[in-house]
Amino acid sequence: MSETTIQRGPAGRLIDRIGGGVLQVVLILVALFWLVPTLGLLVVSLRRETDNNSSGWWTLFAKPAQLTLENYGNLIASGFSASFWNTVLITVPATLLVIGIAATAAYAFAWIEFPGRDALFLVVIALLVVPVQIALIPIAKMYGALGIFGSVAGVVLFHVAFGLPFAIFLLRNFFAGIPRELLEASRMDGAPEWRIFVTVVFPLAKPAIASLGIFQFLWVWNDLLVALVYADTENQPMTKALQSQMRQFGTNVDILAPGAFLSLIIPLVLFFAFQRYFVQGLLAGSVK
Amino acid sequence: MATPQPPGGRLRLGPSPAMAWLFLAPALILLAAWMVYPIIYSIFRSLHDSGGNTFVGLANYGAIFSDPATLITIRNNIIWVVVAPLVVTVLGLIFAVLTERIRWATAFKLVLFMPMAVSLLAAGVIFRLVYEQSPDKGVANAIITTVQSVFSGDQGYPGARPRENEAAPAALQNGAVVTKQPAQPGQPALIPLVGLSPDAVAGFPAAAAPAAGPGLSGTIWIDTVRGGGGTVNQIDPQERGLAGVTVEALEGDTVRATTETEANGSFRFEELTSGSYTLRLPQSNFAAAFGGVTWLGPALITPAIIGAYIWVWAGFAMVLIAAGLSAIPRDALEAARIDGATEWQVFRKITVPLLSPVLLVVFVTMIINVLKVFDLVFIIAPGSVQPDANVVALEMWRVSFGGGGNQGMGSALAIFLLLLVLPFMFFNIRRFRRDER
Repeated sequence: MSETTIQRGPAGRLIDRIGGGVLQVVLILVALFWLVPTLGLLVVSLRRETDNNSSGWWTLFAKPAQLTLENYGNLIASGFSASFWNTVLITVPATLLVIGIAATAAYAFAWIEFPGRDALFLVVIALLVVPVQIALIPIAKMYGALGIFGSVAGVVLFHVAFGLPFAIFLLRNFFAGIPRELLEASRMDGAPEWRIFVTVVFPLAKPAIASLGIFQFLWVWNDLLVALVYADTENQPMTKALQSQMRQFGTNVDILAPGAFLSLIIPLVLFFAFQRYFVQGLLAGSVK
Repeated sequence: MATPQPPGGRLRLGPSPAMAWLFLAPALILLAAWMVYPIIYSIFRSLHDSGGNTFVGLANYGAIFSDPATLITIRNNIIWVVVAPLVVTVLGLIFAVLTERIRWATAFKLVLFMPMAVSLLAAGVIFRLVYEQSPDKGVANAIITTVQSVFSGDQGYPGARPRENEAAPAALQNGAVVTKQPAQPGQPALIPLVGLSPDAVAGFPAAAAPAAGPGLSGTIWIDTVRGGGGTVNQIDPQERGLAGVTVEALEGDTVRATTETEANGSFRFEELTSGSYTLRLPQSNFAAAFGGVTWLGPALITPAIIGAYIWVWAGFAMVLIAAGLSAIPRDALEAARIDGATEWQVFRKITVPLLSPVLLVVFVTMIINVLKVFDLVFIIAPGSVQPDANVVALEMWRVSFGGGGNQGMGSALAIFLLLLVLPFMFFNIRRFRRDER
């Protein structure tokens, strides 16, 4: 923009200045639009039920003394922490397994020649868009037969399987970009394939694995539908525990608001810490 | 399992195909059992009834397109697909272009992108709070009612009405208050009203007869006194005037003049110095105060949920489009500007065409995503409104697990959903093959 203003007269510059000011104001309003809803959730979660029922959360700015951690205390006392641990117990293995399984498969797709490789990879790409709904009924039947319906293992395996197409796609494209000479050199030295994978490719692929990790983590942590179908009450993650309180939304705000905020705080921290990888993964997964 | 190196041989480097299958085995087993087999089983299952033992052919699919409830579901999906991807892509484009011109672009992008990290359940709870009906609870209605009262001035006086007897000087007519006798200039018209408790009007200024002056005049006031007393149809000292009431002077059916009452309830048409007029207080004076929009009612529920969806996804579109934007050669834009092209022309003729591949990817990604929308509808639509907000992905769950108990129908809906995303499956494959070349 600075280059273009040089060629304009004073009037043009003035118009630019005013336009710039308007633009700033508009974008600040847009940013507020995006911030206010989440801010509202936070403030509601920190106010007593009676306060929330008698006035809007924004009146807080008139009387900040209202804030209390009472709702959070009550929520944890009611056993919500169990569902927090279930979320962790589901999310961590589902993320690690996807990374391990997808990385080996992606390595094969990128660096080992075998008949039918290209066709098989197209199948993986085709599976990218398959909706979760298609598997709900058949897998419920299968889990029933295997005796893992309702267990953490069933939920984890479901997430691993449905995370694989994207994971393989992302990693394979990254692996394919690794210079051929690096691998050939190791192969010339007679290194076994698994060692090349562990010592050469895996370390190089750290950014891609970080992208994949954060995506899969968020996807599993935030899932509701799979847990809704496959997780028993004792194994339910936070999302399902909160969903079961939605029926009486009006009277359960003192549970739902702090619960929802607790459920989003870890993804948010991860997101801010790893946003660079998140964006990279997004670009690699979609625009490529 | 190292491959033995043939002595002195210059064979192809790399492991045998057997090694490939070993590396692929865990992934292929999972994909086959959790994704490929379910597709085949679902096709089979969708051709059977709810119990699963009776073959019913395509009856389940027929039911999707004949049952009024599922037709609403399909209608909603169409609204979603037509509106949401387009709005998200356009907003993403606008934001991506505009943020190039501000210094705090990184902060802006982070704020808009943040909802991507939040679960759709949490986003649903967030927007249930935003859309609360009461302007004292929901921030959306709080803003709207505030803006509304700023622009339309004072709210009306719901409940205020004339007495219903012979002696009352005015009567209700289609919601408006109209004087029974014509009013003439020089003879102040009195329009006493009741229906508001003395407590409700206690804070208002005392009613007064209009000051002496030319033109048609009069007073509108609440003709009741706390604890009783006072003369009916006369202004008593404790009685309160109604400010800001719109008054129309009619000659026959034509409105000759319009004015508003002062704080003490008096009004004056200075221009009407002769003649005889009927006075009318239009219905708008007595309309209930605007209580906000019913976001979560049957009429607006789908647009309301789409609003939440846009909140979640606009940042995604913006980031992808911004990345595409930064890849556009600056020289092309500068050359056009030097040739005298306006910013709008540069945007229309150069930026958008160069961005079109990215825009297409964002648009298609959004369509696929919108077809599968489940959580937001499930969480934001209150139980009683859910049939009006229903979408295919939610109906599939409802019918098979959420109390419907019909897995034949559920399978048919799942296959229907798969068919809807099928074109985009081919789109992805084609795009990949083109990129690989």
